[in-house]
Amino acid sequence: MDNQEKLRKAFVDALNIETGGVHDGLSYQSIPQWDSISHMVLISEIEAVFNVTLETDDVIALSSFAKAREILTKYEIEF
Amino acid sequence: MLLQGKHCLVTGASKGIGREVCSLFAEQGATVTAVSRNREALDSLMESIPNPSGRNSHYVVDVTDPEGIKAFFKKLSEGGVEVDCLVNNAGIMEDATLQMVKQETIDRIYRTNVYGIINMSQLAMRSMIRKRGGSIINLTSIIGTNGNSGQTVYGSSKAAVIGFTKSLSKELAPLNIRVNAIAPGFIDTDMTRGMDEKFYEKNLSRIGMRRIGKPVDVAKVALFLASDLSAYVTGQVIGVDGGMII
Repeated sequence: MDNQEKLRKAFVDALNIETGGVHDGLSYQSIPQWDSISHMVLISEIEAVFNVTLETDDVIALSSFAKAREILTKYEIEF
Repeated sequence: MLLQGKHCLVTGASKGIGREVCSLFAEQGATVTAVSRNREALDSLMESIPNPSGRNSHYVVDVTDPEGIKAFFKKLSEGGVEVDCLVNNAGIMEDATLQMVKQETIDRIYRTNVYGIINMSQLAMRSMIRKRGGSIINLTSIIGTNGNSGQTVYGSSKAAVIGFTKSLSKELAPLNIRVNAIAPGFIDTDMTRGMDEKFYEKNLSRIGMRRIGKPVDVAKVALFLASDLSAYVTGQVIGVDGGMII
């Protein structure tokens, strides 16, 4: 599984949504499943999958699937 | 064994209440990660407590240093440690009437007693979120719940801990993470041994049970809050004060 798919699966697992629902346009609070509680779960899931600890600024900035990919590149995760 | 299979992280672990918490938790089957600024005291602690999983560890961490805390959690993560329980015990007490308090004293007390707890919790809770469970135990004080003359800054810092505890408990309850506080009264630690005799006697006279508390009295409540015995308890402040009246 490549990093794009790993990230997609992290979103699916954390937000409890279908794979098809994960796309670049998916953003925080754009669907009922991505609320402040599931955001905490999503951060933890991403950290576990990619073995990183996100800075608080990045936790706040991680507002969409596309943004998640962009942020992870800062942690030397390649897409 | 109430804490079998649980990984517990304790700050201010080298002496007093923190040391007793480490000891009792290890006796109850926990893997303990002890944190303090004092390496020698940590070494001595580690030699004296059970190590049932063989994975006890200790780190020199200053809870007033956010970057140091981040580096510490990074090490834990790299070591595969997933924290089940955090005991935010590190704290300092400096007494003076408000008129006599310098800005640097206020900063020092708040950096340790308030910011330290917030920063430790912010990172420790991430592994609890992954596990959908955990317990955060914050040490406040009877001075935080009742106030005391000459302890305005210390008391307000401990009151902040209570506000933090209650708010975080509401944030994390949906994820099955419990957040509670313990409010010790007059406990026999280095902190209280440093008091002048008159103040010490005055405090003793205020205790209904007519004895000073022991660190283990507090550690036993921490054990309750860390264990599944308190599985449905969150957002609470439990006094451990022998009926002390302030």
